[in-house]
Amino acid sequence: MASAEEVAKEAERRDIRDRWLLSAPALIIIFLAATGPLLIVVIYSFLTPGPYGGVVWKFSTDGWLSVLMQRDIFDDTLAFADAHLSIFWRSISLSFYTTVLTLFFGFPTAYFIATRPPKTREVWVFLVTIPFWTNLLIRTFAMQQVIRNEGLVNTALMALGIIKQPLQIMNTDAAILLGMIYIYLPLMVLPIYASMEKLDFRLVEAGYDLYAGRWQVLRRIIFPLIKPGVIAGSILVFIPSLGAYVIPRVLGGGKNMMLGNLIELQFGAGRNWPLGAAISITLMVLVMIALLFYVRNASGSEGAHG
Amino acid sequence: MPEQPGRSAIDVRGVRKVFGTGESQVAALDTVSVSIRENEFFTLLGPSGCGKTTLLRLIAGFDFPSAGEILLHGQDIASLPPFKRPVNTVFQSYALFPHMTVAENIGFGLEMLGKPKAEIKARVAEMLKLVKMEALSGRRTSQISGGQQQRVALARALAPQPKVLLLDEPLSALDYKLRKEMQIELKRLQHETGITFIFVTHDQEEALTMSDRIAVMSSGKILQVGTPWDIYDKPAERFVADFIGESNFLTAAIADIGNGKARATLKSGATIEATVAEGFQPKDNATVVVRPEHAKLTSGKGDLSGTVENIVYFGTDTHIHVRLDSSEAFTVRQQNTRSAGCGFERGDKVGISIGNDAAQVLRD
Amino acid sequence: MAKRPFDIQAQPGFGFMALLTFFALYLPIAALVTYSFNTADSLSRWDGVSLRWFISAWHNSAVQDASVRSLVLAVSAAALSTIAATMAALATTRTRPYPGLTFKYAFINQPLMVPEIVTGVALLIVFSRIKVWTGYSGLGYLIAAHTAFCIPFAYLPIRARLDSMDLTLERAAADLYATPWKAFRFVTLPLLRPAIIAGFMLAFVISLDDVVITEFVKSGGQDTLPTYMLGQLRRETSPEINAIATVFLALSVVLVTAFYFVNRRKP
Ligand SMILES: Nc1ncnc2c1ncn2[C@@H]1O[C@H](COP(=O)(O)OP(=O)(O)O)[C@@H](O)[C@H]1O
Ligand SMILES: [Mg+2]
Repeated sequence: MASAEEVAKEAERRDIRDRWLLSAPALIIIFLAATGPLLIVVIYSFLTPGPYGGVVWKFSTDGWLSVLMQRDIFDDTLAFADAHLSIFWRSISLSFYTTVLTLFFGFPTAYFIATRPPKTREVWVFLVTIPFWTNLLIRTFAMQQVIRNEGLVNTALMALGIIKQPLQIMNTDAAILLGMIYIYLPLMVLPIYASMEKLDFRLVEAGYDLYAGRWQVLRRIIFPLIKPGVIAGSILVFIPSLGAYVIPRVLGGGKNMMLGNLIELQFGAGRNWPLGAAISITLMVLVMIALLFYVRNASGSEGAHG
Repeated sequence: MPEQPGRSAIDVRGVRKVFGTGESQVAALDTVSVSIRENEFFTLLGPSGCGKTTLLRLIAGFDFPSAGEILLHGQDIASLPPFKRPVNTVFQSYALFPHMTVAENIGFGLEMLGKPKAEIKARVAEMLKLVKMEALSGRRTSQISGGQQQRVALARALAPQPKVLLLDEPLSALDYKLRKEMQIELKRLQHETGITFIFVTHDQEEALTMSDRIAVMSSGKILQVGTPWDIYDKPAERFVADFIGESNFLTAAIADIGNGKARATLKSGATIEATVAEGFQPKDNATVVVRPEHAKLTSGKGDLSGTVENIVYFGTDTHIHVRLDSSEAFTVRQQNTRSAGCGFERGDKVGISIGNDAAQVLRD
Repeated sequence: MAKRPFDIQAQPGFGFMALLTFFALYLPIAALVTYSFNTADSLSRWDGVSLRWFISAWHNSAVQDASVRSLVLAVSAAALSTIAATMAALATTRTRPYPGLTFKYAFINQPLMVPEIVTGVALLIVFSRIKVWTGYSGLGYLIAAHTAFCIPFAYLPIRARLDSMDLTLERAAADLYATPWKAFRFVTLPLLRPAIIAGFMLAFVISLDDVVITEFVKSGGQDTLPTYMLGQLRRETSPEINAIATVFLALSVVLVTAFYFVNRRKP
């Protein structure tokens, strides 16, 4: 007969095996239709472009070189590819501005919601949640209705006689920025609100009790306590901004591309799949860096709390 | 007293339970052996964290012992999963199914056993009657009070007529009055059903009033098993004496051990006759325990002498704290009468007499 | 002026900023909806209110096709991902850490970490090969892709519910002679149902909303409603797009509201 110890060990082995079997479908689907293909992208980035798209199975580092460099057609010298550099710069800077501006509007909004009485608070949260779950394309399109030449803003300004000619907002970087702020704002408000909701206002009272003014209370007490929410919100806004594709495509027109559009271009008209693959991996690395930054900061600030 | 084989409901033999690995290893149960007889109200008593729940969980089959075996009516049940053990549990948190009615909860076990509908219905009705919950059979379990939930949990565990019922601190969540009521109720149920109850509590009073026998546990070990009377009057170890009731501990020289008795010479020089704990290893000096109500305060000379330090009035009785001349502390409990005070004042020189049957020599 | 009592929670200007933000959140949506009732042929003019473009969209066979495809896709992906996510959640909660547990968390959440465009091109690369090899170019690819990125969303509420549910109730069931399957069927599953419904709805909305990955995975003639709209936006837009968007929007609001109530109801 098995000893008590063996029975226990066997039960644990069976439990772990069952747990692997149970999670297998999810893991397999994700491997087949998400993670696995990503690994193939890495391989493709080292191949040679095929003449009509696709690849030729011949090793080449040209895809990676062309991410930032350009080979002169005549003398074969390498130079920085200005077009790509400006797209990288646009992606990073617009994502940064989006993060800062959503924080600028999102923080007071989250604070406002958190200080409502519990009953109405739910309604305000709900009002943020609805755009959050509404189709991104539709919201981008909605933004277009506001800023296009015959749109809400221009119609209103012209009717008021402030301007004679419609402002050209569509197809500019400003349009992309406005769209991204609009779309990603709920992603900033919700995590900040989640931290704020847990904020113990007795601490604020203690701050006032110890002679802090409103600004000092905000800066020295409230802000440090909800920092985890601010960091989470910032990362939730920054990362999808970096990979934005639909917003620049609809609001930026053909010329104001971001990384997502550059990638698509290589797989479409550009017919340079290895380059597209290399840019995709670069984008992923940027995202990973942002995530690492988040993980380090998030764990740090949590430690300060506990 | 040797157990008669076959008469015990549960036999726990040399059971160890270790949690964690390496450095952080804890032995929640450290080689525990105990026999629980049929139809007995058996209580596991001990402070929180001593391993009571762990032992119950091993008997129920929710976890496996690291070593040792557990027998049910003489049969090893190691390989039986919980749903094949004729043992039911009343959980500490009741664990009533929130998505079922009171009646559905009670019938669940029978349903799982595949009993016919009519039989389930009859049995549920019977159980509802037994715990006096007929009126609330259609309620959701979230819509009844804590005491009622307690009754439903009991009825649910009793409905399949288990061989043994395990109760993990079932009364700890109830308020004082309800707890007293349920203590009586539980005794009645045990009597009526004739099922072996293994009852867990950290409340010594509850254990004393309800149990046929008590096992006192500490740090994963069973220190003493006995009737409430045994446990209270003949504690084997200092921990047992300390955990149950109030105690005075005195150091004494032990001589003439025999027939369960010995002569103990106290520091004051007085010699008293004392009973000796089972398993006492003869030695010169040992600890002797005297319950406060088994000593008498006198204004003359007694077995001990000292000075009254403090007098605490409790309504039914008065506790008089005495500093002995040997500098040990000693408390005497004195029944109050209506006519007079306790008759002593702080600072009084007093004597304490200890009856011949009042002292017990401890094992440790 | 009477002195107002000092409000501990007040911060100057915050209320104004918040109301401005809410206004800005809903202004574009209001504009979109308003223009969908425009009678005019183009978005440049306003000719008065009518349902003309709703009717026109309703009769547009491309829109009908795309809508049906979107629904079929969303229902299949939501169902498959909810089943997989439920199983995975059961396998990754209420246990002591075991080898591979952290890996599972990371792997299940992996689709959330990767920009959609990258997943899109990755699937384009792989699926275009498979399409050539097998000759099959049906809806299966889209269902597989959607199921994969819906799993982490469906997993979220189910895992949260399981985390807050200890094993005591299942133990009680086992104690009352329920076999593991019966304990799951009669205790775990009913208690988990609200979370499973929430997970399904989340997955459904996520699938319904996807543009980018669908755009790269779909074969010719496999437009979903969002990719159809994206294609239309390239051209000169007519208020028909507004009408479609408005209906879509209404559907989202209904779903979110339903989700909200499902999640709020305590089991
Ligand atoms: N699953 C577990 N993992 C690790 N340690 C445990 C576990 N269960 C119980 N213990 C430890 O075992 C000891 C006994 O616990 P328990 O049986 O619950 O005590 P009691 O019910 O008497 O309060 C405690 O020190 C507890 O911390
Ligand atoms: Mg316990």
